[in-house]
Amino acid sequence: MDFQGAYSPDNLKFLLEGFGLTLCLALLAIVFSFILGSLLGIVRYAKLPIVSQAVGLLVETIRNLPLLLLIFFARFGLPELGISFSPFWAAIVALTAFEAAMIAEIVRSGLNSVEKGLVEAARSSGLSYLQTLRHIVLPLGLRRMVPPIVSQFISLLKDTSLAVIISLAELMHNANIVMGPDSRYVFPILLLIAALYFSVNYALSFVAKRMEARQS
Amino acid sequence: MIDSTVLTDNWELYLEGLRNTVLSSLLALIGSFILGTVIAVFRIAPIKILNVFGTAYVEFFRNIPLLLVVYLFFLGLPALHIVMNGFVSGTLGLMIYTSSYIAEAIRAGIQAVSAGQMEAARASGLTYFQAMRHVILPQAMKTVIPPICNQFLNLVKNSSILGVVAGMDLMYFGDIVNADTYDTVSSYAFVSLFYLLLTIPLSLASRGLERRLSRSG
Repeated sequence: MDFQGAYSPDNLKFLLEGFGLTLCLALLAIVFSFILGSLLGIVRYAKLPIVSQAVGLLVETIRNLPLLLLIFFARFGLPELGISFSPFWAAIVALTAFEAAMIAEIVRSGLNSVEKGLVEAARSSGLSYLQTLRHIVLPLGLRRMVPPIVSQFISLLKDTSLAVIISLAELMHNANIVMGPDSRYVFPILLLIAALYFSVNYALSFVAKRMEARQS
Repeated sequence: MIDSTVLTDNWELYLEGLRNTVLSSLLALIGSFILGTVIAVFRIAPIKILNVFGTAYVEFFRNIPLLLVVYLFFLGLPALHIVMNGFVSGTLGLMIYTSSYIAEAIRAGIQAVSAGQMEAARASGLTYFQAMRHVILPQAMKTVIPPICNQFLNLVKNSSILGVVAGMDLMYFGDIVNADTYDTVSSYAFVSLFYLLLTIPLSLASRGLERRLSRSG
C-alpha cells in the first residue's frame, strides 16, 4: 500500500474534479427529480381518470427496474430511437427518471396520509379541490415527506457512481483510472473516495434526522 | 422496433443470466438477513462497545455507494492476494451493503414494541430470551417484514451491479447479447422484461403484506 504515491497532488486534483462532477450530477438530478416526482405524485393522488393510471403504470415500471439498466439505456438505447444525449445528460436523464419515480411514491403516500376528514372539512367549507390541495393537503403531507425524500437524495448521490458504466468522468470513474493496474493504490484510493461520499451523505442524513426529531 | 429474434436466438444466455441474478439475490438475502440481525442485536444490546460497532457499521455502509463496497472485494482483496470472481465479490458486496439496511429495519421494529411488553413478560416469569422470542419478536415482525420485503426488491435490482464486475448476471449477459446483435433496444428490452418478472411479484407481495399486517394490528 502506497499512500504517498496514491495521494500525489495530481491524483488528488483529478479525484476532486471527479467529485465535483459527482456533486453537480447529483444536484441537477435532485432538482429535476424533485419537481418531476412531485408532479407525478400529485397526479397519482388526484385520481384523474386514465391519466393517473397511466402515470401509475409508468412509475411502477421504472421503480421495478435497476437504475444501471436505465443509465445504460439512456446512453446507448435511446440514440437507436433517435434521441441522443452526451454521457452527462444521459446520466441526468436516467437518474431523474429513476429518482422521480421513487419520489412520486413518497409524495403519493405522504398526501394519502393526510386524514380524509380534513379534506372533507375543507371541501365542505367551500374550498375548491385545488385550494384544498394547496392549503391543506400539501402543507400537512409535505412535513411527513421530508425525511424519506432526504434519504432518497442520499441514495441519489450514491447512485451517481453507476454512471461509471457509461464512462462519465465522475468520482468513481476517476478513482478507477488513478487505481489503474497497480494494486498498491487500491486501498488508499478506495478509502479516500469512501470518505468523500460518506462525508456528504452523513451530513445529509444528520439533517434528515434533526428534521424528523423536530417533527415528532 | 423490438426484434423478437434477439430473444429466441439468445435465450440460453438470458436464462443463465436470470439464474445467476436469482442465485446471487437469494444468497445475498440470506446472508444479509443473518448479518443484519446480528448487527441489530449489537445495536440494542446493553454493551457499549457492541453499540458503537453496530452504529459505525450501519452508518458506514449506508452512506457509501454499493459499487464501492463491491470494489472493496473485487479490487481490494486481490491487493491482499485474495482473488475472487465477479459473481462472488458482487454477491458479498451486495450482502454487506444490504445487511446495514436490514439491521436498521430490525432495530426499528424491535424498538417499536412498547417497553411495557418486555416488563410485563419478565414480571410474569419469562426469561429475557423467552420474552424476546415469544412476546417481542412476534410483534416486531409485523413492522419488520414489509421493509425487509422492500429491501429484497432493492436487492434484486441492485444485483445488476454484478454486470459491472463481470458477474455473469442478467445485466452482464444483456451486454453480451447487445455486443453480438448491435440491437441495444431489443437486447435491453428483454433484460428489462426479465427484471420485471422478478421484481413486480415482489413489490406486489410487499404491498399486500403491508396492508394485511396493518389491518390485523
